[in-house]
Amino acid sequence: MPTEIPDTPRTHRSLWVDVWLTFRQHTGALIGVGVFAGIVLAVFLGPFVHDVDPQYLDLQARNKGVSLSHPLGTDNLGRDTLAQVFAGGRISLAVGFAAMFLSLVLGTAVGTLAGYFRRLDGPLMRFTDLFLALPLLPLLLVIIMLFRDTLRNAFGPETGIFLLIVFVIGITSWMQTARIVRGEVLAIKEREFITAARSIGTRERRIVSRHILPNALSPIMVSATLGIANAIITESALSFLGLGFPPDFPTWGRLLFDGANFITITPARVLWPGLAISLTVLSVNYIGDGLRDALDPRLRDT
Amino acid sequence: MIRYITRRLMFAVPTLIAISFAIFALLDLAPNDPTGQLPLTIPPEVRAQIRESLGLDQPFHLRYAKWMEQFFVNEPLNLIEEAFDVEIGDSSTRPRIRSWATRSPVVDIIAERLPQTLWVVGLSYVVGILIAVPIGVISAYRQYSWFDQIGTFVSMVGFSVPTFFTGLLAIILFSVMLQWLPSIYDTTHEVTDLTSFWVQVKQMLMPVMVLALYNAAQLSRFMRSAMLDNLNLDYVRTARSKGLRERAVLLIHVLRNSMIPVVTMIALGVPTIFSGAIITEQIFRVNGLGQLLIVAIQGADIPLVQTLTFLFAVLIVLFNLIADVLYGILDPRIRYD
Repeated sequence: MPTEIPDTPRTHRSLWVDVWLTFRQHTGALIGVGVFAGIVLAVFLGPFVHDVDPQYLDLQARNKGVSLSHPLGTDNLGRDTLAQVFAGGRISLAVGFAAMFLSLVLGTAVGTLAGYFRRLDGPLMRFTDLFLALPLLPLLLVIIMLFRDTLRNAFGPETGIFLLIVFVIGITSWMQTARIVRGEVLAIKEREFITAARSIGTRERRIVSRHILPNALSPIMVSATLGIANAIITESALSFLGLGFPPDFPTWGRLLFDGANFITITPARVLWPGLAISLTVLSVNYIGDGLRDALDPRLRDT
Repeated sequence: MIRYITRRLMFAVPTLIAISFAIFALLDLAPNDPTGQLPLTIPPEVRAQIRESLGLDQPFHLRYAKWMEQFFVNEPLNLIEEAFDVEIGDSSTRPRIRSWATRSPVVDIIAERLPQTLWVVGLSYVVGILIAVPIGVISAYRQYSWFDQIGTFVSMVGFSVPTFFTGLLAIILFSVMLQWLPSIYDTTHEVTDLTSFWVQVKQMLMPVMVLALYNAAQLSRFMRSAMLDNLNLDYVRTARSKGLRERAVLLIHVLRNSMIPVVTMIALGVPTIFSGAIITEQIFRVNGLGQLLIVAIQGADIPLVQTLTFLFAVLIVLFNLIADVLYGILDPRIRYD
């Protein structure tokens, strides 16, 4: 007499469900996601609620404090601070994401090539070491100073400086990613499933794209998160030194730089952009922390 | 060990040559004319003469070779002469790297600015270490306690918030609102008695503390994780089981082993003192090396920018080497052959 096997629900859990379950336990990371999402939403949707042109000069209302029409006051030319913080945030975040993407692509490419092809390992890692020995901040300043005008003439004042800053931050921050990815690829390359794939005649390019890269995704994602924070800080530092974005196309760092001269009259001009940078970087760093914990299978509870 | 150091030094030379070439080429490629800042009324032939006097009419490789000779041979010889008061060869005709803006030797300008940077930024690094080590130790020893929770949160905040914001906040709070501390660093101030010493302390307090807290935030995270790596190891249990006092276990056994990676980290961080100086000096108007670099970049003073940037690169390579060697000295398990 055949016994009825009870219909047990299949508890199939994918990797990403596991990652999410671990990530959810990291309070700091959850708050980080909330704060970061809040900042992104505020910066992009804020102008619909508070629709003041950030570049509109209202010389009647200079250096004003908090009021209903100007919730964060105005600057020395009567521009609305809140509208400027929104506009600056859009550029700062765009620079952060674009520069992170560039450095991630570069770092992953160099790391994968160095880890997978033994012939390239030596030269590429020496090249990485060379980049790590460069004094980055001075070089960034020099590059921007020297090529600013050329690029502005070529692409227009706004696109030119945006491209230049994203490019210089991208090409000077890929080294850590490259080192981490190389280590990961070196380990994955020796695993059985790569041998199996090779034994059935998979081509090199396909082994890298289908078998190695998906397995090296965790460290890439963590360094992507930290890369955003790094790019935003670097861009603000450059703008703060007066060698980043121009005052009529401000980012958070530039607003801070311009506000610093009026610190005794309108401290709000320093406070809000600075707070925005700090909260963004802090939340992104917490997200990175949580992701690292969640993506490391050795730490994950089973 | 000696063999390892020589091998590393041998490798450092091509690295530095490559970097010097990269910096030189970058500055040379740039579409920038040193006479561009001069008045437009200067006739072109005078302009050509100025370019000639700056040595700009020579081909690229010649100028690069000359700069290399000046940096690696002439300037060190000059330093030796000044330090030991001797004369090597004919020192009056030996060409030196000169600033385009002031026409004075670049090395002299740098030597003038170095003390301010070393005092303010170097001191902040030392203070940062002194804050970070105890916090890291207690945080790790009492993991997940309220001290640890607050400590890790504060250090996360400390290293996420950029110094150009904390610096300005400190100025708003202590200079503008409370009016306790000056917001501008006066380099000409001389310490002669107790009152002037107090003035010096007051003007150094903000720049030093702002940078020290930033350094401490990064270092205390590192210190904490190094301590945690060691606290659960077998030798700690052995030390406890043979009846050592907890203080001895923690401060002698665990701390000394945990300091190995931390000391390397501290050595690696020394060059960042100088790049951190660029921002801090700008906030508090300290006229040190960082400000010198910014002014030189804005004035397109190529020889000064070149020399300063390359000096930063030399520091990075040097302290990388020192960190590696320190690691080998401190940790006998590391063998270099």
